[in-house]
Formats: sequence, structure tokens, C-alpha cells
Amino acid sequence: MALVLNEDQQLFKNTAADFVKRESPVSRLRRLRDSGDQDGFSRELWGRMAELGWQSIIIPEAYGGLGMGYLDLACVLEECGRNLVPEPLISTLLLGANAVLLGGSEEQKSEILPRVAEGSMLLALAYHERGARYDCCRCETRAERGENGYTLQGEKVLVFDGMAADKLLVSARESGAANDRNGISLFLLDPNAAGVELSAQSTVDTRKAAVLRLSGVEVPAAALLGSSGEAGTVLSEVIDRATAGLCAEMLGSMQGASAMTLDYLKTREQFGVKIGSFQALKHRAVQMFVELELSRSAVLGACDAIDQGSEKTAELISVAKARCSDAAVLIAHEGIQMHGGIGMTDEHDIGFYAKRARACELTFGDAAYHRDRYARLQGF
Amino acid sequence: MGELEEFRKETEAWLDANCPPSMRWSETPGTNPALNDDLAWGGRKATYPNPEVKQWLDLMAEKGWTAPTWPQAYGGGGLSKAEAKILSEEMRRLRIKPPLVGFGLTMIGPLLLEYGSEEQKLRFLNEVCRGEIRWCQGYSEPDAGSDLASLRTRAILDGDEWVVNGQKVWTSYADLSDWMFCLVRTDPDVRKQEGITFLLFDMESPGVSVKPIELISGYSPFCETFLEDVRVPKDQVVGGVNNGWTMAKALLGHERSMISEAFHEREESNQLVDLADKYIGRDVHGRLADATIRDRIAQLTMNKACLDLTLRRSKEAAKQGQQPGPESSIFKYYATELNKDRTALALNVLGPQALGWEGDGFDAAELQATRSWLRARGNSIEGGTSEVQLNIIAKRVLGLPD
Ligand SMILES: Cc1cc2nc3c(=O)[nH]c(=O)nc-3n(C[C@H](O)[C@H](O)[C@H](O)COP(=O)(O)OP(=O)(O)OC[C@H]3O[C@@H](n4cnc5c(N)ncnc54)[C@H](O)[C@@H]3O)c2cc1C
Repeated sequence: MALVLNEDQQLFKNTAADFVKRESPVSRLRRLRDSGDQDGFSRELWGRMAELGWQSIIIPEAYGGLGMGYLDLACVLEECGRNLVPEPLISTLLLGANAVLLGGSEEQKSEILPRVAEGSMLLALAYHERGARYDCCRCETRAERGENGYTLQGEKVLVFDGMAADKLLVSARESGAANDRNGISLFLLDPNAAGVELSAQSTVDTRKAAVLRLSGVEVPAAALLGSSGEAGTVLSEVIDRATAGLCAEMLGSMQGASAMTLDYLKTREQFGVKIGSFQALKHRAVQMFVELELSRSAVLGACDAIDQGSEKTAELISVAKARCSDAAVLIAHEGIQMHGGIGMTDEHDIGFYAKRARACELTFGDAAYHRDRYARLQGF
Repeated sequence: MGELEEFRKETEAWLDANCPPSMRWSETPGTNPALNDDLAWGGRKATYPNPEVKQWLDLMAEKGWTAPTWPQAYGGGGLSKAEAKILSEEMRRLRIKPPLVGFGLTMIGPLLLEYGSEEQKLRFLNEVCRGEIRWCQGYSEPDAGSDLASLRTRAILDGDEWVVNGQKVWTSYADLSDWMFCLVRTDPDVRKQEGITFLLFDMESPGVSVKPIELISGYSPFCETFLEDVRVPKDQVVGGVNNGWTMAKALLGHERSMISEAFHEREESNQLVDLADKYIGRDVHGRLADATIRDRIAQLTMNKACLDLTLRRSKEAAKQGQQPGPESSIFKYYATELNKDRTALALNVLGPQALGWEGDGFDAAELQATRSWLRARGNSIEGGTSEVQLNIIAKRVLGLPD
């Protein structure tokens, strides 16, 4: 068990921090947005991240990765979050590659994971359906087994980075009712296949997603990822790991937003004094700090649990996501309030943090959802 | 077998062979009395209705294990950190209660170890370790609470003795204590922090009188303490004349970590869930039947998990030789606020059965819950209020301007 980074991890984190500071100030996100960039991120920067080994961290050595853990990955995600770096680590790595890693056959892993690790393949996981809220096993998209493969029919929404992906992973139901955990399968899908229609969604945080419509799409039997009907369990575990990763990113973003707000408290003057001398603001600033420290512990606890294969992993992930969700929203709202009028302008960066905080809160379950899940896991 | 493993084996064997049955926590959840019951606080006025409490104190004191890491010359066990950790792990595993508790071990002892003269250490620490004297803390005054440095209790040097006049208030257990560590004003003409001295004196000294104050919880753990021409020998100053503020701050550090520790790792099962099972019950899906209460219990339990993880993080960093990080500043504040929330939520779980004060129709646990809620209100007042904690963090950690 380790909730404190070791020397290697600290070094790794510092390198990531330097890279992000140099290559990706928040102004880059603004430029991507203002230029109407289709991807919402830079493929060139993605390539350089691969040179640093970021996409390889959690991929086992056998598939061309580094075989490191979630505490290591969290170092990178936290630093990315600090400057709202939009490259598709969550979608390609934590959702896509994890689905292959946890659910795929030896052959599928060998084919896909090395390419993810070297930065030459982008993935997107299409599992979420309209109205499913946070239930990753709610699935009405159908997969009919035919002679040579399957026919897919249905619709997915909010497929993160779905427009940019080289390959899609789609969940579809072979049997059972809409909410059953059993009967779901995952399929590898070429976005250019006949009957696949992708249309772009822009989310509040200026990131990109896609609506995926499948009209009688034919896929070969080899497109089935792992075993038939058992993707429910895989999906749950994939989403859990992605949640831990997202929490690490949120932890970084909270620090970015807090630092900005604290800086303003120390420079802005009203009534002839710095506004940070007002106790009403001081105490609220400390409240933000307390939330941040508790969030850090929760994120480290969750990542450490994944690395250790602890039986409390799911609980700790819920602890982390609930905490980070509430904390991120608090810090975002307070950040705007303490900036006054300027905080409401598009020109100021605090708004970018607020939008990303909300988007993260509402992804993979908000605090109330995770409290309910935690209670269930604890047996009450 | 390594030396430490050897030590573990011997320790376990000794503890198991010597610890009397009533000095072990019960294994049934919810049946243990409140933390302070059946524990030895020591002192000349102590009575031991349960003789095993005294027996355990004496046995452990003989080995120096009431203060395991203190040097043997001062009555401690002289154990290394690693050995002390093994001792506490084995005690926890065997569910053994601490042999001695109180301000001597947690507050004045550590301060004397750091700042006391050799004579003071030899004289007082041995008595602390054997539980022979019990200590109280004389800081607060009627007009000096959060603004402690404005305290006015005056000490004037007369020959080899300080003559002390003034009043202390909220002095916990002054009526049961033998000695007081106390802040007094020795120079009224300098910046207020610079004219304070840290004094020790015997509560039986002529001129000391004590009057218990009843709390909202119905108990009287604290007192008013009146000091009238109390004569204190010069060698009972700790850390030098007019250096009391430094002592006070050092000791407050010990006090705050003690308070936050006290709320750590106490619960094993989730007592709120146990209570909710009894008073609320489950729905057909096996969930607690009151959805709002269930959500609040989940929230609180998760908050506690975050605090525990933070304490663990801090301990691991310390073990790696790192300085205490910024996270350690939040413990006193967050742990006490959490304990307030916990005791308050317990009443909502109990519902009308939490209305009891005394008389028929309420069981002991119900009455205790109500009183615990009231007592816990003081958690965010004693040892520096929550607001003061927030001020300190704003200044020291966040660097916000005055
Ligand atoms: C159960 C209990 C046991 C205690 N035991 C002892 C003991 O053994 N020995 C001892 O010496 N003392 C003891 N105390 C006293 C305790 O340390 C003081 O009560 C505490 O420091 C607050 O001082 P006060 O009561 O004068 O409140 P005040 O300082 O008058 O505070 C009143 C309110 O004003 C707020 N406030 C004050 N200053 C500020 C500020 N600068 N900014 C914002 N808000 C502020 C406070 O937070 C509080 O809410 C005990 C108290 C309790 C409740």
C-alpha cells in the first residue's frame, strides 16, 4: 500500500508537469475551440505524448507497453487536468484500450494494444445510450448472430472522441432485457463500415463526442471482443478504471482552478485592500483547500487499490468519484464567484475550468450516484 | 528470525499472558462503553472501582509501556519507533485497552521531553508514566479564548518564587487533577506574545480553588480555576521566562494531533448502519428503508474514509522522512466537524428515542447518544475553534493576506 509517490513516480510527475506547462497552456484549448478544430485536440501532440510513454503506462509489456500502474498513470492525468489538456487519454486509453485489455482475446490484444501504445491508433468506446444515465449495462442496441457474423442495429450517444477514432468498440445486446448485465457483447467496428453513421456532438467543455447510428451493420465473427454475452462485467470494470483516471484528471483541474482563484484573491484590491484579506473569502478558500486535500487522498486510495487488486477497489472508486465530483463543482462555482464580473466572461479561463468540472461530474456517475453505489457495495 | 520478529513474539506473549480480561475491548460491536469509561486517568485522586484497571496500569508502567518511546530514565520503555509500532499493533490485534490516558502522556510529557530541564524531566515524567499525577491545562481565561495571547493572569517574581493571581476557565478536569500547566503574564509592557511564561504548579498549593461548571451535556468535565497569591518555585518555569508563547504553540500542536487522533480508527463496524438497522430497518431490496438517512450515512462514511486515507497518507510521508505536508493542517478541523456530523446524524437515526434525558423508557445507549451529540458540539471549540483553524490555514498554508 502506498499513498505517497515514490521517487520514480515523483520524477515522472515532474516531467509530465514540465511538458504540460510548456506545450499546453489553457490558451491552447481556447485556440482549438476558436478555430473550430474537428478533433478538439492535436494529433501531433498525441504523438509526442507517446514518445514520453504516456499511452504505454498501463499497457502490459507483452503488448508493447510499460506495464506500470494506476498511481503512475494518475501522475500524468493529474498534470494534464491542471491545464485542461484535451488529448484523448480517457477515451482511447482508459475506455478503449482497457476494454480490449480486459475483454479481448490474445489476438485482439496483440493487434490493437501495441498500436495504442505507440500512439498510432485512436479508440472510442460506444456504450452509452440515451436515457441510460449512469448504467453502463443499459443496452438496447441489438446484435443478431448470422451465418458469418453479426448484424448490429441501434444508437449510441456521447461516444467520447468518437469522430476521431480509428476503431470503435460497440456494446450490443445478444439476449436479455434492456437493463440486464448478461447478454451484452462488445464488437470492434470500423467507422467506415457500411451502415455506420457518425455525427458530431460538442460538449459544454469544448470536447468532442459522437452520436453513432448503426443500421444493419454487418460485422464478421472475429469482430466479437472476447466472449459472447459477457461484456457487462467487462464494461463495469472498464468504467471503474476510467472513473479512477477521470478523478485523477479532476484532481489536477481542481488545482488549476484553485491556484487561479487564490492568485486573484492575492492581487485584486477593493476597499483599499486585497480581497483575500476578507475573512468571508478566506474561510471559503480554505474550504476549497480541504476538499482538494481529501480528494487527493481519495484518488490515491482508489488508484492504489486498483494496483493492489484490493477487494475494496469499487468502493474506493466510488469514494473518489463522489468526493471529486462535489469538490470540483464547489471549486468551479467558488472560482467564478470570487472572480466577480470577470469570472463570467468568456475571455477569462476560469470558465473553462467550470465547464470541464461539470462535464466530469456528470460523466461516470455524479456524487449522489456513487453514494448510492457505495451504500450498496457496503451492504446497506 | 529478525530481532523485531523476536520482539513481536515476546510482546504478544507477554500481553496475552498479563492483560486482565476487563482491559480488552469487547468483540461485539456496539457493546463497548464510551472511550473514557474504564480507562485509567491516573493521579492522586483516582479511584479504581475496577481493580483490574489499576492492575493493568501498574503492570504496564513497570515495563515502561505506558510511554513506550520515552527514555527509560524518565519511566518510559525506551523502545525504538519500530518496536513501539509493533507494541501498538499487537495491542490493537489483541483488543487491549490503553493502560493510561490523559494530558500527562499526550501534552505536557512531550513538551517536557522537548523543552524541559533535566531535573524537570526526571521529576515529572516518571510520575506521569506511573500514572501518579494527573495534569490539567490552564490556558483559557474569561477574556482570553481564541485570542489566547491576551491572557491576564499575572505572575510577579518575589525572591525565588512567582506569585500568581488571576482566573482560568474551561479547565478540563481541574477538580480531578494534581498539577496544572499554565500560561501567565510575566511582562505586561511588551508585545502580548512576548510577555507570557509557561508555569507548572501543584493544585494543592495554597490559593488555588476550583469550581466545576456544568455542560449542556449534563456532565461537568471542566471548571473555573481561581488563583490567589499562589506561590510557584522558580524552577517550575518551562522553556524560560517570557518564552511561554513558544511553549503554548508547541503544545497546541500536540493537543490538536491528539484530538484528531482520538477520532481516528475508533469504529470498526459502521455503527450508524447498525443503529439504522435497529431503528429504521430495510426495504424489500435490502436497502435502509429511509432513503435520505441512507444517503447521509453513505456520505458520512465516505467522508470518514477520505479522512482516514489522508491520515494514512500523512503517516506514510512521515515514515519516508518527509516534513508534514499541507494536508496535516486540516486534521483538527475536519475530524472534529466530522464527529459533530456523526453524533448529530445518530440522533436522526434514533428518531424520537433520542429525546431522552433520564428516567424510564430509554436505554443506556440512547441516553448516551443524546449526550454525545451535545458533548461533540465542543469538539470544534476546544483546542482552538474551527474558525481559528480556518484562519490559520488561510494564513500559513494558502498565504492569504491579513
Ligand atoms: C469541552 C471543552 C474543553 C476545554 N478544555 C480546556 C482546557 O482544559 N484548558 C483550557 O485552557 N481551555 C479549555 N477549553 C477552552 C477552549 O480552548 C476555548 O473555549 C476556545 O479556545 C475558544 O475560546 P472562547 O471560549 O473564549 O470563545 P471565543 O474566542 O470568544 O469565540 C467565540 C466565537 O467567536 C469566534 N471567533 C473568535 N475569534 C475569531 C476570529 N479571529 N475569526 C473568526 N472567528 C472568531 C470563535 O470561533 C467562536 O465561534 C475547553 C473548551 C471546551 C469547549
